Amino acid sequence: MRVTKSLALASAGLLLATSLAMAQSTEIRVGAPLEPPALDPTAGAAEAIDVVVYQNVFEGLTRIDQNGAVQSGLASEWTISEDGLTYDFKLHDGVTFHDGTSFDAEDVKFTFDRILAENSVNAQKALYEAIESVTVVDPLTVEIKLSRPDGLFLFNIGRGDAVIVAPESAENNATQPIGTGPFAFVQWDRGSRVILEQYGPYWGEKPALTKATYVFISDMATMTNALLAGDVDGTYNFSAEALPVFENNPQFKVLVGTTEGETILSTNNAKEPFNKLEVRQAMAHAINRQEIIDGATYGYGVPIGSHFAPHNPYYIDLTNTYPFDLDKAKELLAQAGYPDGFSATLKLPPVNYATVSGQIIASDFAKIGIKLELINMEWAQWLEDVFANKDFDLTIISHVEPFDIGIYANPDYYFGYNNPEFQALNETLNATTDEAKRKELAQEMQTIIAKDAVNGYLFELAQTGVWNAKLDGMWQNAPVEGVVLRDVHWVE
Amino acid sequence: MRTAWMRHPGLMLGLAASFAFALLGLLSLVWTPYPIGDISIARRFAVPSPDHWLGTDQLGRDMLSLIMSGTLTSFTVGATAIIIGAGIGVPLGLAAAIYGGPVEWLVLRFSDLAFAFPSIIIAILIATLMGPGAANAVIAIGIFNIPVFAQVARGGALTISTLDYVAAARLAGLSRPAIALRHLLPNIASLIIVQATIQLSVGILAEAGFSYIGLGTQPPETSLGLMLRDAQNLFLIHPWLSIAPGLAIAVIVIALNIAGDGLRDILDPRLRRQEVGRVAG
Repeated sequence: MRVTKSLALASAGLLLATSLAMAQSTEIRVGAPLEPPALDPTAGAAEAIDVVVYQNVFEGLTRIDQNGAVQSGLASEWTISEDGLTYDFKLHDGVTFHDGTSFDAEDVKFTFDRILAENSVNAQKALYEAIESVTVVDPLTVEIKLSRPDGLFLFNIGRGDAVIVAPESAENNATQPIGTGPFAFVQWDRGSRVILEQYGPYWGEKPALTKATYVFISDMATMTNALLAGDVDGTYNFSAEALPVFENNPQFKVLVGTTEGETILSTNNAKEPFNKLEVRQAMAHAINRQEIIDGATYGYGVPIGSHFAPHNPYYIDLTNTYPFDLDKAKELLAQAGYPDGFSATLKLPPVNYATVSGQIIASDFAKIGIKLELINMEWAQWLEDVFANKDFDLTIISHVEPFDIGIYANPDYYFGYNNPEFQALNETLNATTDEAKRKELAQEMQTIIAKDAVNGYLFELAQTGVWNAKLDGMWQNAPVEGVVLRDVHWVE
Repeated sequence: MRTAWMRHPGLMLGLAASFAFALLGLLSLVWTPYPIGDISIARRFAVPSPDHWLGTDQLGRDMLSLIMSGTLTSFTVGATAIIIGAGIGVPLGLAAAIYGGPVEWLVLRFSDLAFAFPSIIIAILIATLMGPGAANAVIAIGIFNIPVFAQVARGGALTISTLDYVAAARLAGLSRPAIALRHLLPNIASLIIVQATIQLSVGILAEAGFSYIGLGTQPPETSLGLMLRDAQNLFLIHPWLSIAPGLAIAVIVIALNIAGDGLRDILDPRLRRQEVGRVAG
């Protein structure tokens, strides 16, 4: 009797458990460390915006997949003219915005005109400046003309910054985002969470999830507890130092992927003594890359020798250009006229990778006589002092834009590198569409800045996600900013 | 006197522990087992061993060296804040006691105002204006200390100013500031010393708090609160990194409080266990 009773209890428990699992099986709660300041990805630079809305609420003409390849989005197909200047996009039929209005070529024109407008607040306006005109051919065809060929054009229009918005709703997208994506915005409880729900009339393949909640937890210890307690089902980028908590736990899976974040010791090339090549070479020789990667990223970072992502097909390995060699570094410093070294400041933004890398670099630089004073700053102050006013000697920062080697061709950029040869190469690269030729040019550019030791090249940031072991379909890599829920689903 | 000291074993213990930590901190000025900037990732997370008595932290730095240096930071911040607090607060309190009237009213309202603002808000304000750093923690805690000392000085002075010898001094023609300086201040000195001991522990706790939330000491300097902050994300994996500085803070604060209590008993039996130190934050 007792046996049957406990059996009955057990099966009742099992039933309860399965029904609970069933009830949970189409919903997800994603932990995010930062709350977005607004929800319009075309009007703000914050990564936190794209994390919530990119490809979930909003879609572009193209979309980027988790390996960084361009896929078709709202445009079903396109043709490119011989000279690489004219793009004809065929749009999907039957697409509606979440407020019920229909999507057509006019919305595309509106979107790009808005990005390029005089008073545009788009964070990446420069990426789209090659666009000369956007013409509505018919409601489902749009023609975009460029002033110069742009090898990255299809990638750039797939970014969160160029998602298609409607003239009826664009004004309010910051608080009430209305796009064409598989998920519609439901509510935003400031300081706590954003709720999205599956959009019934979505034009494409329906996602497995019916509801997604982004829970904002800025404190890592709280996030750890939320994950362990099951209050959130996962987070896309968890602090590497606490990953061992989850690594051997069968209830979780840890996804380690690549990002576009080249972390560098940015050097003010326009300032004494950093304008001397030998000084920069000496510093490059004094950077113990592996130690920094182990210390700041717990081994998850990937070493880089130039300003280029290792997973990119154009990448060449330049990590051995200036191997760690303190004697060589001292020699070079002496050649440059600083046999006893010098003092400099290292301004650090408030991110863990920077504060830790900074301490390790300061410790190694001290051994060749370069005395670094570490100055910790808030983001706003860092952006103003370092990025805008170029008032710095050295800093550590991750450049997270994809394919951004072109910043070295801008002599007014904050690290002040002015090399006409490099600038000419960059122009040629921008105007080249032939893959083999582009690769060759990109590799030559990587080599030049590595040899010039423009900045100290440290590592490519990794993305380390922690998810419930029963979840599948999350992006492992982060070629663009975003937590795309399209393919995420529960498996038993 | 000797018997009085003997009757307070807690006082002896508290003073001994406080001095031991203070000496440990001072020692770090001239010697630590390892230089605190000596980073070596290869030897990080070492467990306590003969080489590293308290193990090593997430950057491979020697924990004992860090705690010694952190203790110095804590004591320096706490003590400087007391100098600010007592330096401004005691004269204010004395002025309130001897002048009374509008002066007293002003001092009391100022105290109320300062108490109404938790010191953490003052610290955030200062950090926003001047950027985070140990100096700002000193200023914030110092400002918090001012009304504490003002009230103690005023209270003590009021009690004493009713005594006959103060009246005699006044009849002898001494000016009010002279009375305050010659007769009141020496007599409330013991009260102030007791309060200073307690405020030192409050200051050390507050400094740890500020550093923990990122407004106080900044790396590569170190403090006990900063060590806690660094260890926080690692707590589940390497709990020792949090426990060591946490214990150090707890022991210092308890020792100072016991010492302060005992000192009160000995120096001013009339006020025995009446006033308890206020807590910052």
